[in-house]
Amino acid sequence: MIGLSLYILLAPLAAFLITIFFGKRLPRGGDWISLAAIWSGLAASLYLLFAHVLPSYDPAFGETLRFDWLKWGNYRLTVGINLDNMAVVMLVVVTLVSAVVHLYSVGYMRGDKRYSLFFSYLSFFSFSMLGLVLADNLFVIYAFWELVGLSSYLLIGFWYEKDSASDAAKKAFVVNRVGDAGMLIGILIVFTALGTLNLHDIAAGVAAGQLSGGLLTAAGICLFLGAVGKSAQFPLHVWLPDAMEGPTPVSALIHAATMVAAGVYLMARLFVILTFDASLVIAYVGAFTAIFSATIAVAQNDIKRVLAYSTCSQLGYMMMALGVGSYQAGFFHLVTHAMFKAALFLGSGSVIHAMHHALHHVHSEADPQDMRNMGGLRRKLPLTFATFLIATIALAGVPFTSGFLSKDAILGGTLAFAMEHPAHWILPVFGFAAAALTAFYMFRLVYLTFAGTFRMGHEAEHHLHESPKVMTVPLVILAVLCFFAFYSLPALNPTTPAGGWFAQLFPNPPRAYEAITAAAAAHGEHAAVEREATVHIHRVAHNAAMGISILVAGLGILIATLAYYWKRLSPALWQRRLGIVYRGMYRKWWIDEVYDATAVSGSLLLSRIFAWFDLAVIDGIVNGTAWLTRSYASVEGWFDLRVVDGLVNLTAWVVGTWGKFVRIFQGGQVQRYIFYTLIVVGLLVLLSVFQGMS
Amino acid sequence: MHSLTVYLCISLALFVLGLLAMMTRKNAISVLMGIELILNSAGLNFVAFSRFATGNLDGQGAAVFVIIVAAAEAAVALAVFLNLYRLKATTEVDKASELRG
Repeated sequence: MIGLSLYILLAPLAAFLITIFFGKRLPRGGDWISLAAIWSGLAASLYLLFAHVLPSYDPAFGETLRFDWLKWGNYRLTVGINLDNMAVVMLVVVTLVSAVVHLYSVGYMRGDKRYSLFFSYLSFFSFSMLGLVLADNLFVIYAFWELVGLSSYLLIGFWYEKDSASDAAKKAFVVNRVGDAGMLIGILIVFTALGTLNLHDIAAGVAAGQLSGGLLTAAGICLFLGAVGKSAQFPLHVWLPDAMEGPTPVSALIHAATMVAAGVYLMARLFVILTFDASLVIAYVGAFTAIFSATIAVAQNDIKRVLAYSTCSQLGYMMMALGVGSYQAGFFHLVTHAMFKAALFLGSGSVIHAMHHALHHVHSEADPQDMRNMGGLRRKLPLTFATFLIATIALAGVPFTSGFLSKDAILGGTLAFAMEHPAHWILPVFGFAAAALTAFYMFRLVYLTFAGTFRMGHEAEHHLHESPKVMTVPLVILAVLCFFAFYSLPALNPTTPAGGWFAQLFPNPPRAYEAITAAAAAHGEHAAVEREATVHIHRVAHNAAMGISILVAGLGILIATLAYYWKRLSPALWQRRLGIVYRGMYRKWWIDEVYDATAVSGSLLLSRIFAWFDLAVIDGIVNGTAWLTRSYASVEGWFDLRVVDGLVNLTAWVVGTWGKFVRIFQGGQVQRYIFYTLIVVGLLVLLSVFQGMS
Repeated sequence: MHSLTVYLCISLALFVLGLLAMMTRKNAISVLMGIELILNSAGLNFVAFSRFATGNLDGQGAAVFVIIVAAAEAAVALAVFLNLYRLKATTEVDKASELRG
């Protein structure tokens, strides 16, 4: 099994390496290599799911592979693969969405000049995401976390000739860094306290009380910061809508289904160590993101931006579910959301594809992504319309869809939490309001795009065509997976995931702080009564939530229908009546402007101050040193030239002159030497004679 | 008249004659002859001091030694002059000035 999971992980890496180096020389740009890698990975993942996970229904199922990577002192850093139920289900989700997106890209990216590169990036992303899923260690998770960030950056900026695309790529990268810094701090806190980064060891260490209280809360919140960045939660959500500058298959794969869910996945992995306070922070951030992004989605006109804000909002739901302790519901929503949101994005890609061709034929400069330019596409793009509608009702939470099951589970869990802790009543209110808004903006999107008549004239309408099969087959696959039956087998209960295979595989695990309180309470006689009460609350909350969520979803759909289908309500009039609220929604609550005014211009100001300091002070010191050195050198040069050289020359002159004088006597004639000798001897004799006399 | 002074006077005369010959003559053979005179005056001094001052034979031994060295020197010098003559067709010492600095 581990071997198979290694194959699933490494096949896309091999495909990436082959296509990045030889892609241009291979037939069809090597897309078939990437396709083969990911589809065989999907087959292997499905084999793991059906042959090993589903037959046993064992929540504790898991296989691990660990080996030492680094040793220093007594510490050894082990890395490895952790293949449990959650990893297998995530493998299936990632490979499935990735596989259909690969297939879809064959049609969508046809004729692009970097066709081959696109597929190698897709393979690289798949490898990184699968590594993130399989890692058993926070350190390895962090590494793959950055790798998916890198591939996201590469794919957002894939059409880097467009300034908006390269700006969006940079924005995504920088905003994610903010969250990742927090995540790194969280990892370091955990490592300092527990001395390990292995997920199982961390859970065991926290359960044993080695890390608790405020520090554990801080670690949980810091790790959550990483998830805030990656999963586009408020206030770091700003990069995700801009990331829609990337090709639409990328939006479907990375920015809807898999990478942005990585934050949720991480928090689900760390669920057992979260304290009550950390959970509350997560729940509030998630709930606020859910309602906040939904309000923005209502007022957007770009089809992909609506979906992007919808993604933020749904990720907020998942975070809220984890925060209120509904681990199962949060992870379940991750899986179902991956399917229908990928279907929506690929559907919007199909629409944009058709619009682009039609507008190109009539030489129109109109924006092919603006919903105000669409309308009536259901006749021209019937298959896209059908699949899009199915995914929309799933997202809106209409019964008998997967979205209903998962959203209902989240709302039920949130309501139960609020009933147990009445101080936090705002959480379910946010949840239900966001559900109503979701239904409204999704049906607004559908009506604007597919209903009514085409708004760009007959000639352009004539050129609208349904996308090729290679693009519609993925849509059908994903749309089929939006039905509840795939997730609630074998019980086939359309109202709740309970009894289905998913619920049996992922019961809510007790959190460390709950286990401690439960152990304390178990001695009392009230334990059984309290447990009974909790079960009762959850049942009541679930039934209530189901009723309310059907009601609010219906309300949202009704208003959308009134406004955009029956035209009984005038959107323009209501926009004027809402005034500042509408402008806020339209301008995304000015978050980008606030960041420009604070973070961006603050950084610029700081950079300017540093630049001035560099120019004036640091450069001044350097230049001063240079000036001093030069002055000293010129003094020393003068001294060298005049004094030292003078002494040397003087010595030479003295020696030379003396030599010239002495040369006179050295004629080379021995007889003259003898004559000199005779004179000297004579002088000596005279001297001795005089000495003798005196 | 057989006193030391006589011998020393003869020796001095020989020395001065030899020195003059050595200093003034251009011909190498004459210079060599001057050197021989100086050597012989030194030998005469040895013999004279041996006879009148010390009374033993040390000085006479030294004189024999001087004669032997002079003979050897004359042999070497004549060979040098022969070669010089072969090279320069002259035996004047001033002409052999290749080694002047």
